[in-house]
Amino acid sequence: MLLSWRRKPATLSLNAHDNNVPPWHQFSFNDFRGSAVNAAVEYTHRRGLNPLHGVVLAGTFVLFLGAALSDYAYMASYEIQWATFASWLIASALVCNGLAFVCALFGLFTAGNRRRGLIQMLLLLVSFLLGFVNALIHAMDAWAMMPTGLILSIIVTILALVAAWIGFTATVTRKAQ
Amino acid sequence: MTLSRITLTTPLVIALMTASASALADTPQYGANPDLPEPQRGLLPSMTVPEPADWGDRKPIVPEGYSITEIASDLKIPRQTLVLPNGDILVAEGSGGNAPKLKPKDFVAGIIKAKGKSSFKGGDRLTLLRPNGDGSYEQSVFAENLNAPYGLALTDNGLYVANQDALVRFDYEEGQTTADGPPEVVTPLPSEINHHWTKALTASPDGRYLYVGIGSNSNITERGMEAEVDRAEIWEIDAETGAHRAYATGVRNPTALTFQPGTDTLWAVANERDELGPDLVPDYLTSIQDGGFYGWPYSYWGQHVDPRVKPENPDKVESAIAPDYSLASHRAPLGIAFSTPQVGGEYSDGVFVGQHGSWNRADPVGYNVVFIPFQNGRPAGDPKEFVSGFLSDEGRARGRPVGVTVAPDGSVIVADDLTNAVWRVTRDDAGSTAPAATSSDSTTAPGTAPATPDDNALTPENDAATPDDSTATPGTEPATPEATPEDEAVMPEAPSDTPADPSSEDREDPATTAT
Repeated sequence: MLLSWRRKPATLSLNAHDNNVPPWHQFSFNDFRGSAVNAAVEYTHRRGLNPLHGVVLAGTFVLFLGAALSDYAYMASYEIQWATFASWLIASALVCNGLAFVCALFGLFTAGNRRRGLIQMLLLLVSFLLGFVNALIHAMDAWAMMPTGLILSIIVTILALVAAWIGFTATVTRKAQ
Repeated sequence: MTLSRITLTTPLVIALMTASASALADTPQYGANPDLPEPQRGLLPSMTVPEPADWGDRKPIVPEGYSITEIASDLKIPRQTLVLPNGDILVAEGSGGNAPKLKPKDFVAGIIKAKGKSSFKGGDRLTLLRPNGDGSYEQSVFAENLNAPYGLALTDNGLYVANQDALVRFDYEEGQTTADGPPEVVTPLPSEINHHWTKALTASPDGRYLYVGIGSNSNITERGMEAEVDRAEIWEIDAETGAHRAYATGVRNPTALTFQPGTDTLWAVANERDELGPDLVPDYLTSIQDGGFYGWPYSYWGQHVDPRVKPENPDKVESAIAPDYSLASHRAPLGIAFSTPQVGGEYSDGVFVGQHGSWNRADPVGYNVVFIPFQNGRPAGDPKEFVSGFLSDEGRARGRPVGVTVAPDGSVIVADDLTNAVWRVTRDDAGSTAPAATSSDSTTAPGTAPATPDDNALTPENDAATPDDSTATPGTEPATPEATPEDEAVMPEAPSDTPADPSSEDREDPATTAT
């Protein structure tokens, strides 16, 4: 659970399970709460992502970013190798994006904040569709992919960044009694 | 019922593609000034690759008065043919190219295009076909262990074969049935990547030079300009020394070369670029000017700039020559042969072009052998279909024509790399010059009196040619015998009694009426 992280409570907990937490949360794969809950102290619990979800969500952004930078390099240099790099980076990004979408979909059933989960999922859906169109654009020969390819690469990079931001900052804030 | 075509058109794509088909569908794009629509490309390139189908008891269709026979079968990807002086026919068999798949697209496209090709492995050999005298041919291996041989040429110095990586030479004596040994390399040819691997070949009429067509290494520079050094060129190679120079440049894929009989003019058919729409860019037939630049990659059909090529080169665009004759887009011409009076009728003066057929188009086109009539040594008129029936009504491909050769007896030899066969088209009333081959040929066309239409067609053509041919004599029929002495090196031309031959064919050939 490397990516699962939370702020430690100030004191040791007294009870293993917090009664305010719904039961599906107690056993959630996402919610690695352990036994450290202090009933007496107000605390903020930042929920970590499922590590697989985290990896593919971050990968989506990173790979789309790589594609956008490669597109820029092609535009600046006319060196065709950059366009080829971009094609493969987009293909890889789509794999991550698709998996991240599936993770987000399952996350809807477990997440504390469904609204954020839903937004993340929709962002990933849009970035996947635009990314697929971008892959087809990048399949055009030589300069035919420009400038649409670069524009789409930038758009999907931003979408993936926002999706990752939302995914990694999902918090559950509550007051304990 | 299984789908007969693989059509890569999803509703999404249809929605995204601009309306295309209607605009030029009715306008044939033939001749010197073809209509060129605006470049367009949907999100996916339109691809229709007809799946192979069996001939069954069918045959390719030829005009009335002609018959077609399969003279060789079970070949291994036959591409080009050469008729030797004694009537033997050499067939180059092979399949080349080692272009690495660069983009995700290449994997997908490779799978789709493979469906339209023969699953046979290329033979990398030359097969010799020797006439038995009854219209059938004996099939034997002339030379093996070649590397995707394609172009063939015979001169006094020997038999030249253009492998995908080298021009090689065999010693040849008339009547020989097998090569003496491995060939000698005349000169290596550019073969890195070999996106377009076919090396077309012809010899100058005096046999001093060999001309090799070297296709580009990409559709439109998508493998980088570094890959295009020495590509999209026609080389002139000194037969003695192997030294070469670029005779013409900017010819995207010169797939067949030949000299116009009686002249020193080199002609070529070339495959132009893809993915600019169903009616771009026209493939062409053209005479090749020494030192000429024909546009690729910067522009097409003269000064039409290709927006996909960066950096641009306005100076090159300015110097680009527009080809002589558009065969229309995506036909994929792979064979060229000048006709002779022995072919007869309206097919006496002109060029035969073997068209492999399209993939980058919703409606398949090509898949036939067409005849482009000439007048005064220049193309005059729209192509006429000479051999057809390679596409079935269901859109499946029974065969795909490649090389075309006109034999001295007037028969037309067509290599077919999907059927893996060689077809021979003969005139039913062929004169005494033919090696008695018509007897066993079964006619595909309905049997009508063949001689009469031929006569009608021929006579006005001769008359029409006379008034305005003061400037250009070479292409007219009387010029052919005059020219014979010059080009004995390449291929034996028409015997001197030929001009009278086609017009005096009123007699009924007993061989024909028997069928």
